[in-house]
Amino acid sequence: MDTSLNNDLITRPDSMLGRVISSAKLRDAVKGIKRIKRSHRQIRTENVFKKTLVIVALSTIVLVLGIMVTLAWQSTLSIKASGLGYLWGKVWDPVQDIFGAYPFILGTLLTSFLALIISIPFSFAVGIFLGEYFPNGLASNFLKNTVELIAAVPSVIYGFWGLAVLVPIVRSFETAIGVTPVGLGIFTSSLILAIMIIPYAASLARSMIQMVPSNLKEAAYSLGATRWEVIRSVILPYTKSGLFAGILLSLGRALGETMAVTMVIGNTSLIPKNIFSPGNTMASIIANEFTEADHPVYLSALIELGLVLFLVTVVINMLGRRIIKQFTQD
Amino acid sequence: MEGTIVKSVDYNAYFGDNHVVKNVNIDIPRNNVIAVMGPSGCGKTTFLRGINRMHELIPGATSKGKILLNNEDVFDMHPIFVRLKIGMVFQRPNPFPNLSIYDNVIAGYKLNGIKLPKAEKDKIVEHSLTRVALWNEVKDSLTKKGSFLSGGQQQRLCIARAVAMEPEVLLFDEPTSALDPISTSTVEELFHELKKNYTLIIVTHNMQQAARVSDKTAFFYMGELVEYDETKQMFTNPTDIRTQNYITGRFS
Amino acid sequence: MDVHIKYRIGKSGVFQVVVAVLAFACVVPLMFILFYILKAGITKINWNFLTNLPKPVGETGGGIANALIGTIMLVLTASAFAIPVGILCGIYLSENRKSKLAYWSRLCIDILQGVPSIVIGIVAYFWLVKPLGAFSALSGSAALAIMMLPTIVSSTEETLKLLPDTLREAAFALGMPFHRVILKVIIPCGFSGILSGVMLAVARVSGETAPLLFTAFGNPYLSTNILKPMQSLPLLIFNYATSPYNDWHDLAWGASCILLIWVLLLNIFTKLVTRKWKVQL
Repeated sequence: MDTSLNNDLITRPDSMLGRVISSAKLRDAVKGIKRIKRSHRQIRTENVFKKTLVIVALSTIVLVLGIMVTLAWQSTLSIKASGLGYLWGKVWDPVQDIFGAYPFILGTLLTSFLALIISIPFSFAVGIFLGEYFPNGLASNFLKNTVELIAAVPSVIYGFWGLAVLVPIVRSFETAIGVTPVGLGIFTSSLILAIMIIPYAASLARSMIQMVPSNLKEAAYSLGATRWEVIRSVILPYTKSGLFAGILLSLGRALGETMAVTMVIGNTSLIPKNIFSPGNTMASIIANEFTEADHPVYLSALIELGLVLFLVTVVINMLGRRIIKQFTQD
Repeated sequence: MEGTIVKSVDYNAYFGDNHVVKNVNIDIPRNNVIAVMGPSGCGKTTFLRGINRMHELIPGATSKGKILLNNEDVFDMHPIFVRLKIGMVFQRPNPFPNLSIYDNVIAGYKLNGIKLPKAEKDKIVEHSLTRVALWNEVKDSLTKKGSFLSGGQQQRLCIARAVAMEPEVLLFDEPTSALDPISTSTVEELFHELKKNYTLIIVTHNMQQAARVSDKTAFFYMGELVEYDETKQMFTNPTDIRTQNYITGRFS
Repeated sequence: MDVHIKYRIGKSGVFQVVVAVLAFACVVPLMFILFYILKAGITKINWNFLTNLPKPVGETGGGIANALIGTIMLVLTASAFAIPVGILCGIYLSENRKSKLAYWSRLCIDILQGVPSIVIGIVAYFWLVKPLGAFSALSGSAALAIMMLPTIVSSTEETLKLLPDTLREAAFALGMPFHRVILKVIIPCGFSGILSGVMLAVARVSGETAPLLFTAFGNPYLSTNILKPMQSLPLLIFNYATSPYNDWHDLAWGASCILLIWVLLLNIFTKLVTRKWKVQL
């Protein structure tokens, strides 16, 4: 009875109380509409945001596909002209329109593998030192940060330093051992590359070695193994795939490195006779001749080199990453 | 063969400033099973790892005092020598994952760079695996990786690996805490067999296990050796109130 | 037996010494390079060096103002492309870990990480230089932006992945829409990781030369038009270092010194940021 009276009072528009309440109701309604509008706007923004994310993610795929297609498309002229023989053609003579990539492929492989051979003992030593012997401490922190800085120095600075300091040293070394003293060449490039790629294998080796379960190491110690025996028989076998991945990443870096090599390799399109000869790598010939390439086949031949370089480095890097992923998931 | 084999004199162990084992004096008789029990964090594992100098492998870990093995201080010997005489089995089974069962058993010889003729290696493998009652289960799959075995089998493989070195003392750091009940009882049965040839020191936080397998029991609390006696005596009539509290479950 | 053990202990000791020596040998060339560049470069740097343009061969007192301004413009423009795209892509990858698109996108980022910088230069040449008919700062920036992407994306993804799911859930439970959860909660929490990724990317492209060779090309004069060729520090170092003139070598040493200090400062700063913020989290 009471409630119906109340209801009547509120809903009757002419009653004083009803009038007050209905205006409050109105306010509420307006507020409600505003809130709904706002949440509608929120939902719309949310959808736009989600779509943007998808588009951005898609665009990375488009970007990489675009790079591949561009390289392949621009290389077709050269591929048509020289065919597969391009890869082992021994002469590179733009004037005669003869394009053989062999001298540069050889130059790239020589510099990269030589650099790898020089740098591996050092980078693994860093990895073992930081991963096993002294994971913490002042000296270790210093070493770790310094090795990381090696990767930070721009390659053009390595090249300049190489020109000014390393080339004269190598030249006197060549005089001493009786080779034509040029200073510039494959060997000098390899030395610089060796320094530059240390951090890649080193930091990976360090993190892999730190992941070796301590109970395995303890098992070996409890059987009377020395530290070296633990490293050789437990740590190295356990981490070998990871260490291999480190070598691959270093190699990938060495293959694609351009500036430092371009500045000290001596730039000749002849096949290097020995490791002290001047030469060219795939990257350095592109850097040197791209803006000089005055006719389409020449340019296309250079781009084909870029395509080969791209494919090789991508395969090596992907392989390395795959191995690391497998290792860290185990 | 009777007499004391391991004896600790005022042994103290530290992690940095943390004093985890305090003035432990203990005599361990030959061919006995000694259980070391106590609540977690009481220093029992640290003490055990001190005996074969595994404690010092942890960065910042130091120790003081003497541990005598056959009346010779282990700290005067090279750790390698100590560890060859005192084998160890860990809490979690840790066979080398890259080695076969066969190679796991003789891993100690490989690690120590000892070259043996094939026939002798075969003998050691068979002998060691037989001792841990694993031979019949794995004799047809010796070339398989050790990590394919079940947890209990892996732990017995690790015991075989330690036994293969023919040590005098075997240390067990909670050897069954990662195993199921059936595997646990298999390992416990092994202890009775093994004590014929070795002295076993077993760290356990399982009182029933200590009562079941050991001849003598040591009770550690807050880094101190509170009581050390015949197991029967210890569980029926402990002298220290702390021991009594522990075995009646008044603290854990 | 005893002799054998002594031999093994000795071998272990020798190995440890060899490892330590080899490890610390890595420090030597870097120290040598840093010291040499600083020594050769620091004396060349003065107010004129920073504000003047390079003079023709034979005249002294040239500066590298064009390269400084050029580098700043190139890197800023590249960052304007790469930072938003990189962060958004990182967000997508961390929010949709299992989706097919994420798999392919991650794969492409991995590929991009390994592409030699000279190849990026070639591609930028065909995308922007040839269609526009001229070498331009814009094409250089685009190449640098592509080089920055992988670092920013992966550092963003890695940082956001580490944030606990409860954080996300707590924000969603308050009825916050997705974009606000990301922008107001997730990004601020992972800020230091993202920032360090961005700074590393900037440091990396500040010294990049190869992709600029056939894009920004270099310019002996001061230019701020992004559709025209533009000078940059690494390009200037490359061109002057390989020239036969001593005056130009001096400019290159000074420029190397400035570039090196800038890159090292960025790296050290990144370290400080990650360390300081890690403690707070």
